[in-house]
Amino acid sequence: MPDRYTRTAVALHWTVMALVITALCMGWFMTDLAISPLKLRVYSWHKWIGVTVLGLSAVRALWRLSHAPPAPVPMAAWQRLSAHAIHGLLYLMLLVQPLTGWIYSNAAGFPVVYLKLIPLPNLVAKDKALAARFEDLHSAGGTILAIAIGLHALAALKHHFIDRDDTLRRMLRWRAT
Amino acid sequence: MKNLRMRSAGLFVSVMAAAATLAADGGLNVTRSSIIATFRQENVPVDAPFRTFSGTIHYDSAQPDRSSAALAVDVASFDIGDVGYNAEVRKPAWFDGARFPQATFRSTAIKPGAAGHFDATGTLTIKGRAQPMSVAITVQRIGGADAFDGSFDLSRKAFGIGDPSWDDVLDDKVHVRFHLVNAGT
Repeated sequence: MPDRYTRTAVALHWTVMALVITALCMGWFMTDLAISPLKLRVYSWHKWIGVTVLGLSAVRALWRLSHAPPAPVPMAAWQRLSAHAIHGLLYLMLLVQPLTGWIYSNAAGFPVVYLKLIPLPNLVAKDKALAARFEDLHSAGGTILAIAIGLHALAALKHHFIDRDDTLRRMLRWRAT
Repeated sequence: MKNLRMRSAGLFVSVMAAAATLAADGGLNVTRSSIIATFRQENVPVDAPFRTFSGTIHYDSAQPDRSSAALAVDVASFDIGDVGYNAEVRKPAWFDGARFPQATFRSTAIKPGAAGHFDATGTLTIKGRAQPMSVAITVQRIGGADAFDGSFDLSRKAFGIGDPSWDDVLDDKVHVRFHLVNAGT
């Protein structure tokens, strides 16, 4: 087993991280903005980031399935199991969260036009009740995603500063191929 | 007794005749009709119907040029699908529903085209501003009533709808499509 991640895996990891944290922050403050041109812009950016995250996460999942990750750093079995569980939850939410947002937008009567250029297909027709349900799902998903990212980051920092092992470092350097 | 029954039958017939006249008079069947505006924000097309409107269309298929149409649309019934945005567009910077509750269209000339088609020219008044307009209309018989379909683009700025600060995110061009069905005869 290799001891490092591929350069692609590392680049995808940090790109998606930056995008998701930006989208989460936007999601929290944009809903409280008064109706204004800025509000519409932020909603558009939020949706474009979400679509980008969905695409990159799909690529990432396929990359992960076709490229072996490095062998786990030695740690207690419960730690490895919970790390796996959080990784699984993160992959799931990175795919599900953009989709619930997309469905919510369509159900509320707003198609998604990626980067103002590419009209994406409507996943559902306009439907007020469905929009309300997916608004709740998307909002709860944001909280779940934020908690999962927090746990994942805390664990990485704990391994780096307390266990002083290679967990974080190997996501900062990459193997040549 | 027989006489009374005869008389009530006669009354019934005359009521029906009056109703038919009224329908033939061109009143719209509002529940079967729709007026939908599509605006674009950040290049996203958003469909929003006007829920309340009324009008009359006098259509004479034998002499289409003698037809005429008059419509009145309650601007406060514009339904974007969200109470916050619906309240926003009623404000003075948008429709100013308090001062100008209705948008109207009144035809001035009907020019017949190919069978089932004609061009309606008239005056569109929104927010107190009148603009001449012309629209191609298709007419067909649906369930014993005339149904009129058409669509046109308008400039929201020509009617003073929306503060200029919105121009970067909201297109000037608004597409309006309508399906208007006369009460059946």
